[in-house]
Amino acid sequence: MSKNVANVSQKHTGWRLFWQSVIARSYPRIIGQQREASWLLFEVIMPMASVIAYVLVYRALKAPQEYVSFVVLGGAMSAFWMNVLWSMSTQLYWEKEQGNLALYIMAPNSMMSILLGMALGGMVATILRAVVIVLLGSLMFGVHYVVVSPFVLFAVLLISMVALYGLGMMFASAFLLFGREAWAIADMITEPVNLVSGLYFPIKSLPFWIAAAASIIPLTLGLDAMRQLAFPNGFKLGFLTTRVEIFILVCLSVIFLAGAKLLLDYTEKLAIREGRLTEARR
Amino acid sequence: MDNSPSAVSRSEAMRSFKIATWLGWQITSNWTDPFLFAIYSIIRPISRAAILVVMYGVITQGNFTNPLFPYIYLGNAFYTYVFTVMNGVSWAVIDDREHYKTLKYMYIAPIRIPFYLLGRGMAGFLTASLSVVITILAGALFLHVSIDPLHANWLVFFVALFIGVIMLSMMGLLLAAVCLLVARHAGSVAEGVSGVLFLFCGAIYPLEVLPKWLQPVGFANPITYWLELMRRSLVGSVAQAFPTLARFNNLELLGILLGLTVLFTALSIFVFRYSDRLARERGLIDRTTNY
Repeated sequence: MSKNVANVSQKHTGWRLFWQSVIARSYPRIIGQQREASWLLFEVIMPMASVIAYVLVYRALKAPQEYVSFVVLGGAMSAFWMNVLWSMSTQLYWEKEQGNLALYIMAPNSMMSILLGMALGGMVATILRAVVIVLLGSLMFGVHYVVVSPFVLFAVLLISMVALYGLGMMFASAFLLFGREAWAIADMITEPVNLVSGLYFPIKSLPFWIAAAASIIPLTLGLDAMRQLAFPNGFKLGFLTTRVEIFILVCLSVIFLAGAKLLLDYTEKLAIREGRLTEARR
Repeated sequence: MDNSPSAVSRSEAMRSFKIATWLGWQITSNWTDPFLFAIYSIIRPISRAAILVVMYGVITQGNFTNPLFPYIYLGNAFYTYVFTVMNGVSWAVIDDREHYKTLKYMYIAPIRIPFYLLGRGMAGFLTASLSVVITILAGALFLHVSIDPLHANWLVFFVALFIGVIMLSMMGLLLAAVCLLVARHAGSVAEGVSGVLFLFCGAIYPLEVLPKWLQPVGFANPITYWLELMRRSLVGSVAQAFPTLARFNNLELLGILLGLTVLFTALSIFVFRYSDRLARERGLIDRTTNY
């Protein structure tokens, strides 16, 4: 009994509190979300419908098979982008609407740990959906993979995820400041990002400067590098060499994570100073 | 002044429809200033169309004269109506019940709920029209989509558009009936249904591309005939390029579309009445699922 009381009264601070908050916020995403199997169905069906539609367009155009492979991998990666946009970027806005944001800010933990928990949870949960999309797409459309270096491929995926979710963390604060427009802004940028990141075609098909500008979205270079590493003729359609792409992705990761911290600090200050940021307005 | 019950009922229905259309338009557009709303309305459909344009351009090396290009381009542009109208009708149930928490007040107000919901779908139609017009204009001006306004069959275009909007609204009402009863995923119903129907209507590829055993689903789908009519009315040559519906003339296609619309209307009315009664009996009108 006295041991339990001691445990309850023991205060966690510093890094211990930080990581406990990360785990606590990622828990509902990793464990809770899996309990609702119907979510998996919905989150797989929607990207799969796009994958099937775009593959059939390529079939109607009698395109080479590598384009079909590109669509399947792009469809899987789109699951991450959707997760970043709707479950990271707009998340603080939803939390505000549900009344949780004020509690997050009042609690003694760092807001960065909340965002990191959301990102880790979302990433792990989305990997499952992405794997299902790749498996289904590959089986349905006979996609053939030739992975020379699985380690590099995994490293590219990991760096892309860090950069992409870093962007999501940064957006979370920015979207909160947009207020009522957050939902529409997220909706508005979905399709343009699908276009410029080359989800359904090689990014090299776009004019060089557009592709270069689109490289600020981690999905663009991450996907391009993965295609080069996973498909026999992928390197022929690659935008830059994988080394350069990995280097840029590492830079983007650092920039976005630092940007997320700065914006979050600003948002917290604004919330405390003005006292209105955490209010839900209907 | 006609005060007969039928006249009062007609007036109530019309008022519900008009007010809901105005309300829907306000909700859709008043979140920002007109400039940002214009960008929002332009950027989404153009980007969606541009994905297909790039895909087509890469594979055909920029041969935009093939009839497959206007087929894909116009099919994609008009499909915007499918999600927007269906979602406009069905989303109103969730929006008013869960977000604004006003659905219960709607039910006790002197309005007709089905007409109110259809009015919200009409707002979706107006918003989508902006996107569709911009997409088609961009196609005609910059992408060689050969639309000649002097040779377009405007009668077929407007008749098909009118029937098509009714058909889509009725499909939306069917989904609204589902939204009244289900506690989970109600918000994704229209997106899911329009996403799946997209595969079976020949919007961006001819139905022949589908496996043979799946093609009958496309032929039972009214959207297939509607999109074909919309395309034919603007660019006649697409009809000859693909064998899918080449054996039908415009009048026959209109007949099929009308028949399927009547069928969906009857089904939607029946299902909505049933769901509405069940929702009232079970006290679901004012529930908040927070899902």
